[in-house]
Amino acid sequence: MTSDLSDLYQEILLEHNRRPRNFRTVDGATHQADGFNPLCGDQISLQLKVNGATGHIDDVGFQGHGCAISRASASLLTQTIKGASGTDVATLFDEFHRMLTEPDAELDLDLLGDLEMLSGVIAYPTRIKCAILAWHTLKAALDGDGTATTE
Amino acid sequence: MTTATGQNPAALADGLNAIDAHRLRRDFPILNQEINGQPLVYLDSAATTQKPQVVIDAIVDYYTRNNANVHRGVHTLSQRATDDYERAREAVRRFINAPESCEVIYVRGTTEGLNLVASSYGRKYFKPGDEVIVTGMEHHSNIVPWQILGKEIGVKLRVVPFNDDGELLLDQFESMLGDRTRMVSVVHQSNALGTVNPVKTMASLAHARGVPVMLDAAQSIPHMPIDVQDLGADFVAFSGHKMYGPTGIGVLWGRAELLDAMPPYQSGGEMIRSVTFEETIYNDLPAKFEAGTPDIAGAIGLGAAVEYLEAIGMARIARYEHALMRYGAERLGSIAGVRLVGTAANKGGVLSFIMDAAHAHDIGTILDAAGIAVRTGHHCAQPVMARYEISATARASLGLYNTTDDIDALVKAIDRVIEVFG
Repeated sequence: MTSDLSDLYQEILLEHNRRPRNFRTVDGATHQADGFNPLCGDQISLQLKVNGATGHIDDVGFQGHGCAISRASASLLTQTIKGASGTDVATLFDEFHRMLTEPDAELDLDLLGDLEMLSGVIAYPTRIKCAILAWHTLKAALDGDGTATTE
Repeated sequence: MTTATGQNPAALADGLNAIDAHRLRRDFPILNQEINGQPLVYLDSAATTQKPQVVIDAIVDYYTRNNANVHRGVHTLSQRATDDYERAREAVRRFINAPESCEVIYVRGTTEGLNLVASSYGRKYFKPGDEVIVTGMEHHSNIVPWQILGKEIGVKLRVVPFNDDGELLLDQFESMLGDRTRMVSVVHQSNALGTVNPVKTMASLAHARGVPVMLDAAQSIPHMPIDVQDLGADFVAFSGHKMYGPTGIGVLWGRAELLDAMPPYQSGGEMIRSVTFEETIYNDLPAKFEAGTPDIAGAIGLGAAVEYLEAIGMARIARYEHALMRYGAERLGSIAGVRLVGTAANKGGVLSFIMDAAHAHDIGTILDAAGIAVRTGHHCAQPVMARYEISATARASLGLYNTTDDIDALVKAIDRVIEVFG
């Protein structure tokens, strides 16, 4: 594999693709949204259970189909946002977006955590939408929009 | 002796000798480059073909020496531009064996040709409750224009289904033809599956009931001889850029008596004979359908592409690409974990496939790293994807410049996909 390709398809990312975390429906979900990438047909369905008292995300799961990048990204998202508040999610989304679109950005790697394994996507502009689909879907779910698309 | 996919090695070798693709590919300057450090392997001709030097030269020459508006000035440049623009129309007429060059209408591409007929013919003749028959393997451009008309007028779309190999169920087509059928609009060769549909039979069935037939020939015209009279079509649309010509130019051919009776599609300059504020008298064919200054350079480039193809010979191109497709189908089909989508007995140079190990997008990225260009996605044919319950395929599509070396490079890169995704 060329160095570029192995930056994109890191072994741990491929592992998330093969065995995505929280690939399930959520009992007692309070929020949900469907995300589509109309260019490639990728589709995910995200469900959240938000704690009414604290506003924190108690549980999250996703289903659907897509490429390795979109699937691993959704898997990582569910791991990362469990326990987060709406504000935490907004901050994470911004930082994640910067990682994928700003080549020389100084990133908060502590904040990004495992999400950093998607940093190789920046070298593949056509694949950024794959990585970001789950995050648009999360935003739509929290905003009560119901659907999100990458277009 | 035949192989697993039923091909005869002698016939295959004979087909592969029909043209000298190794020599012809030198006519295409773009192919002589590296992508990601690897020699470019261009397998996306169904999306757009590359352009031979003669087409590029024709466009450069037009802008360098002859640029002027057509059918307007009395000056020398305008006369030259008009002559070249009309010579290209005559070349297209000859290429498709149309009776009259005035039946060759320049449009932007297949999509505009289909929209023109839906809009002009459809609005004039369709009534609520009428039906248009299309197939289940249409490109979106042969679905949406009829749907829009459907909402406006109340026309119903009937869809001819196809079997698992991607072959139309002709008996179902026959039973759909009825008193309310006003148009049959079918794709000649499917962009997603490669199936070549039996359009001549379909046209004769439709005509027996007095129903006109429109062909989307975008994918067939670069790859096989097309004789519009022999096929029995009433309208045929195709795009320049898929037949080694420039983008932005295409052709709608229609039978003169039908085109004559149709109202203009767009209006403005060129399409009129006389205008007062009270009334406009429309021009004759083809000007009636060519409002505004046309894509003159595009038409001249298209004419050069047609002459290039004629010099090689469409029958030889068809034989060669068919043999190459068979070679590719056999090589891809023998890789464990690869499934070809579209296995019709009569099929053109399209190898659509999916893999157990990886999604089409991931395949596309890994192939690109190996310098190989394929299309990935739904190919603007979502109903086809739905028919197979998949969301996307990777599609390698062939042109006259592809060789068995390109297929071998593809197979090697697919092995790499399996390595990465295991």
